Amino acid sequence: MAIVFEKTKGLTDKPTHYCPGCTHGIIHRLVAEVMEEMDLLDNAIGVAPVGCSVLAYEYFNVDMHEAAHGRAPAVATGIKRVHPENFVFTYQGDGDLASIGTAEIVHAAHRGEKFTTIFVNNAIYGMTGGQMAPTTLIGQKTTTSPYGRDEATTGKPIKMSELLATIDGAAFVERVAVNNPANIRKAKKAIKEAFKVQLEGKGFGIVEVLSTCPTNWGLTPVEAMKWLEKDMMPYYPLGNFRKPEEVE
Amino acid sequence: MAKVKGRTTFEEDLCKGCGLCVTVCPVNIISLDTARINKKGYHPAAIEEMNKCIACTNCATICPDVVITVERL
Ligand SMILES: Cc1ncc(C[n+]2csc(CCOP(=O)(O)OP(=O)(O)O)c2C)c(N)n1
Ligand code: SF4
Ligand code: SF4
Ligand code: SF4
Ligand SMILES: [Mg+2]
Repeated sequence: MAIVFEKTKGLTDKPTHYCPGCTHGIIHRLVAEVMEEMDLLDNAIGVAPVGCSVLAYEYFNVDMHEAAHGRAPAVATGIKRVHPENFVFTYQGDGDLASIGTAEIVHAAHRGEKFTTIFVNNAIYGMTGGQMAPTTLIGQKTTTSPYGRDEATTGKPIKMSELLATIDGAAFVERVAVNNPANIRKAKKAIKEAFKVQLEGKGFGIVEVLSTCPTNWGLTPVEAMKWLEKDMMPYYPLGNFRKPEEVE
Repeated sequence: MAKVKGRTTFEEDLCKGCGLCVTVCPVNIISLDTARINKKGYHPAAIEEMNKCIACTNCATICPDVVITVERL
């Protein structure tokens, strides 16, 4: 008899405040599992965002710091420069990273800061009640686009991975999804590769994770997984956009 | 063919009844127990025919609330 799946030590025992079926919980677990497997729990410093995952510091069983909305990359820059021997990551939503914090993430990547960002793209501002984000899909109904997002007035959804992959300082850029067990396993592998890039001092790394917000999408958790696959994935293709040659 | 046998346990009071685990079990043995309500106020996920579990870990992999432990027997 052998245990083939149990809760990682990288998470605290505190039950999360996330809505039923919200995939923030899956992504937390993947990050925590990878830190445990890479023996980083005593060495890691995480930076939590503003957004639904604002309380991430309660859930990750590592040292954590809270940042103002969008400013996690700036805080992580400071931490990593002062403590280069520590493993540093940010955990950020799409409102946080792709809207108010765009300047911080672009310039952290541009400077090649040696931390890793976990970017949770759920195409909406979850925490504040489901407003349109720069990542919201064309036609997607939100509280601030009640007739569906209109391209003529708001442009197209911003593709952060593609954008950041044009920057030389970004050593590792990959987009993954957590809509089914196979993709969740692939997402974990990408997070591990990105963490390895940091440990090897190769530069900035980011893993964009397509995630659900059943509550503000107005769908059940199971329907939300289908919407992610049918509507988000065609516009936000999965795959690696950039990695150092040695990382296979 | 000798099939792998598993045992899946749920830390029931952490379950939010989201139903995601129900959709990914290859042998369709998980359901939400509508006869019961857990501490959080949800119908918890449960398994009746545990002897059919093949320890694939799909349910635990998709659970957002780390409710599930899987053993291979
Ligand atoms: C400076 C500042 N502006 C605005 C807000 C309000 N606010 C809180 S969370 C949030 C958006 C969060 O969305 P996202 O980053 O996508 O996270 P999610 O909740 O979807 O995971 C906003 C606009 C704030 N807290 N601080
Ligand atoms: S509002 Fe959306 S993102 Fe926030 S916890 Fe609920 S489902 Fe998750
Ligand atoms: S481990 Fe696999 S077979 Fe067993 S209950 Fe979970 S999903 Fe079903
Ligand atoms: S996935 Fe987890 S929280 Fe959701 S119903 Fe199954 S055991 Fe409960
Ligand atoms: Mg969001």
